[in-house]
Amino acid sequence: MVSTGWRIEVDAERCIGSGSCVGMAPAHFRMESGLATPITTAVEPTETVIDAAESCPVEAIAVRDHDDTLIAPS
Amino acid sequence: MTDVTKVAARPYPFSAPDRLNLDPLYAELRRVEPLVRVRLPFGEQAWLATRHADVRTVLGDARFSRAASVGRDEPRLTPRQIEGGILSMDPPEHTRLRRLVAKAFTARRVEQLRPRTRQIADELIDAMVAAGPPADLVEHFATPLPIQVICELLGVPFADRHLFHVWSEAIVSTTSLSPEQIQEYLDNLHGYIGELVQQRRRQPTDDLICAMVQAHDEHQDRFTEQEVVQLAAGLLAAGHETTVTQLPNFAYVLLTHPEQLAWLRADPARVPTAVEELMRYVPLGVASAFARYATEDVEVGGVLVRAGEPVIGSLSSANRDETVFTDPDRLDLGRETNPHIGFGHGVHHCLGAQLARMELQVGIGALVARLPELRIAVPEPELTWKSGMIVRGLARMPVAW
Repeated sequence: MVSTGWRIEVDAERCIGSGSCVGMAPAHFRMESGLATPITTAVEPTETVIDAAESCPVEAIAVRDHDDTLIAPS
Repeated sequence: MTDVTKVAARPYPFSAPDRLNLDPLYAELRRVEPLVRVRLPFGEQAWLATRHADVRTVLGDARFSRAASVGRDEPRLTPRQIEGGILSMDPPEHTRLRRLVAKAFTARRVEQLRPRTRQIADELIDAMVAAGPPADLVEHFATPLPIQVICELLGVPFADRHLFHVWSEAIVSTTSLSPEQIQEYLDNLHGYIGELVQQRRRQPTDDLICAMVQAHDEHQDRFTEQEVVQLAAGLLAAGHETTVTQLPNFAYVLLTHPEQLAWLRADPARVPTAVEELMRYVPLGVASAFARYATEDVEVGGVLVRAGEPVIGSLSSANRDETVFTDPDRLDLGRETNPHIGFGHGVHHCLGAQLARMELQVGIGALVARLPELRIAVPEPELTWKSGMIVRGLARMPVAW
């Protein structure tokens, strides 16, 4: 069901490595060389990734739906 | 496997704070005993992690919990154990509360406050210049600047600062206040914020407390009123006590490193990089606390931490880790790679980090640009440092220019 799925991206230029997203959504983000990175870009819709994107102190995380509409951060 | 009951715990902090100097024992421990048993002034014994990678594990790994500290005699610097706040929560509880305010503290939102913060800084310097030297940088600059900003953000009357600034000391006090005073001040602070919450409900305004009240009233299933009050009080107190202390600390470090200061003065665009280095270099805390409790057996620094054991991560020690920072004890304002964790790491990473960065950049930038002859107006040994607090800082900082 990839067509209904979401996509998560981390802007490596903006990420400050606070680890906030990894703590909130460990199933979706991990730290790599001090910066956050999605474990998989395509994810099933879940509130957890929205929480992570909304709470990122530098808004480095974008969650988009299947037609590229930005879901979070709002 | 180390039997923890047979290892003598070191008293922690290792020594009485000496200005902004970090105890050399941290460097030795990073080398020979990266996870060490410690005993804080209050609460049970703990492990202390000193290496950058280990501290990040303790603060960032979901196998370590703050919620598990509730009901334990948590190792701490303060007589009173603070329970029930956002710092005693794990995701998803923690996320629920943090999201209530996180939007107001993102880099983008904070950037919108920069012009106003500059204006406040300029006005404070204008007033200092008009009155003539000497001036106390703590009272006339470092204290009013962050208080004015957090007041405008939250919607707290600046005119009441003499009240809540006194009460906020309860958050950072170890022995400067008695346990009864700490409780009284916290009650006063919560009562004061509770009253503001009621006012917002009667008459909505355009500020963060009002936004919190509206979120609470729309989603009563998600937040209790007490949580809203406690969080707002925490934002008010933590939102200025830290920057109030760090601004003079940063100024002190710059004025005692004249070559570095000259390098900074040469180009104002260097201020943000310099602030990051100062965040790394200045050990704000007298010691670290807020132990994370292992929820399962985890190996840290070559030691198997057992489920249920508390581990403290030393931010100041991690920021001097020689495997991460070249020449870590040297202040290098132009340091290019600087993954310091001065604002913590993981879900409890300082909520106000971007705000603090901006205030420190504006504050230091204004001092450097507008007071080129700034100097400490008394011999260095005569400076008075605060005591009985969880933070290191100057009680007063007489300066001339």
